[in-house]
Amino acid sequence: MSAHITLGEALRRRGVSRRGFLKFCTATASMMALPPTMVGAVAEALESAPRPSVIWLSFQECTGCTESLTRSHAPTVEGLIFDHISLDYHHTLQAASGDAAEEAREEAMHAHWGNYLLVVDGSIPLANPGYSTIAGMSNLDMLKESAEGAAAIIAVGSCAAFGGLPKAKPNPTGAVSVADIIKDKPIINVPGCPPVPSVMTGVLAHYLTFGTIPELDVYGRPKVFFGQNIHDRCYRRTFYDRGLFAKTFDDEGARKGWCLYRLGCKGPTTYNACATMKWNQGASWPIEAGHGCLGCSEPDFWDAGGFYRALSIPINDPAAAIGIGVVAGAAIGIASGAMAHRKKVEATHHREPLKVEQLEGKA
Amino acid sequence: MNTTDHAAVTLRPLLHEIHHALQRLAQVGEEHTIDLEALPFGPGDEALLLEFLGSGEVAAQLHALGESRVLESRFPGVWLVTHFSEEGVRLAQQLEITRTPALLRTPQEELGVAVEQFAQALREQGGADDV
Repeated sequence: MSAHITLGEALRRRGVSRRGFLKFCTATASMMALPPTMVGAVAEALESAPRPSVIWLSFQECTGCTESLTRSHAPTVEGLIFDHISLDYHHTLQAASGDAAEEAREEAMHAHWGNYLLVVDGSIPLANPGYSTIAGMSNLDMLKESAEGAAAIIAVGSCAAFGGLPKAKPNPTGAVSVADIIKDKPIINVPGCPPVPSVMTGVLAHYLTFGTIPELDVYGRPKVFFGQNIHDRCYRRTFYDRGLFAKTFDDEGARKGWCLYRLGCKGPTTYNACATMKWNQGASWPIEAGHGCLGCSEPDFWDAGGFYRALSIPINDPAAAIGIGVVAGAAIGIASGAMAHRKKVEATHHREPLKVEQLEGKA
Repeated sequence: MNTTDHAAVTLRPLLHEIHHALQRLAQVGEEHTIDLEALPFGPGDEALLLEFLGSGEVAAQLHALGESRVLESRFPGVWLVTHFSEEGVRLAQQLEITRTPALLRTPQEELGVAVEQFAQALREQGGADDV
């Protein structure tokens, strides 16, 4: 497909009628979380939307973000959008490998210098460039080189947006986010582990439609998807307001669908679109499936004090720490117990994982 | 799962929004659209809504980039429009409070093409002198 063809022309060549185009625009506007009154503006913009070149870099990641995106549930809309963009480089999806793959990236960069969209998933290791390389090039060098000619960068997933799991304490690779390195380009963070697929395509559709980046929050996330917290959009909120909580995963409250706050749900402090866009063809989402929100779209969610600890209990609860120390001390003696307590306090302070031997005073 | 408690909380404001929109349509002709995909429905909410709305006199099917269904509810002027992909996956669902959903009207852009196509069909039938 020519790089100069517009989306409107591309759809007409495929035999898509005006009604089909308007339907496509309606679904796209819905995917972008725009009000229905914007469908006309979306149609007008998409009619003349150019075909952007996209370079997708994968660094320290698990490929879950790509899996999420390619399993997204709206094949017509996303298929058309992905047919329309020119995905010139993607490790997992491209057929080329080795030197040919790297040549494709360089060709796309030079051909679309200043105009291509750079998508990054995965964090970047700074402790030692050898932790993650592509064709012998460190992630840091490849990111800097590719970012230089990009119009904008989309950091997909919590690893690219905030460092993610690789950055979890004690962060052995010195992992950082894209925004920690690139300071002179517009960066859209689309966090989540993985992100909601419709959110990823919604951001791409927004760029494709309007040629601009959407309004962002303090963490660089599009407000249209990350503007409200899970708790405020949760259908279980009514139970929270009435003080009805599940206390275990199999009690009466759990069976009746009561609020999961006391089971560690991070919905009140997590901003994401799961409650409305949902997962698996819109079938459900974690809270509807009976598990609290992990807060995966928030910075450092992995180190936020435990998935099953309620938010109202302080992360560094001194009483809880002393309790563990006393139990250990009673078992193996006061002196070693005191030592274990000190190590527990130190470890809690630094949020380093405790070993069983430390709790037992053997280390 | 108890659906009625949260359904009451979720659906009541929505039903009032539909009612007010219907009033505006009747009084000043103002149309309104609600994107149901954007609402935080819980289990059973959508089924309760559809049960409340019921079905009316009109049901239409479109075949453009997959199927679309346009159903008038038991309340004239309240339409449920559901879009599916070519694979049958639901893409979008909206409530339109209008006299006729826009999707049912012939697009202006296609009228010119239709005139040409009709003329061509007439010519093929040997009626070129009439065109």
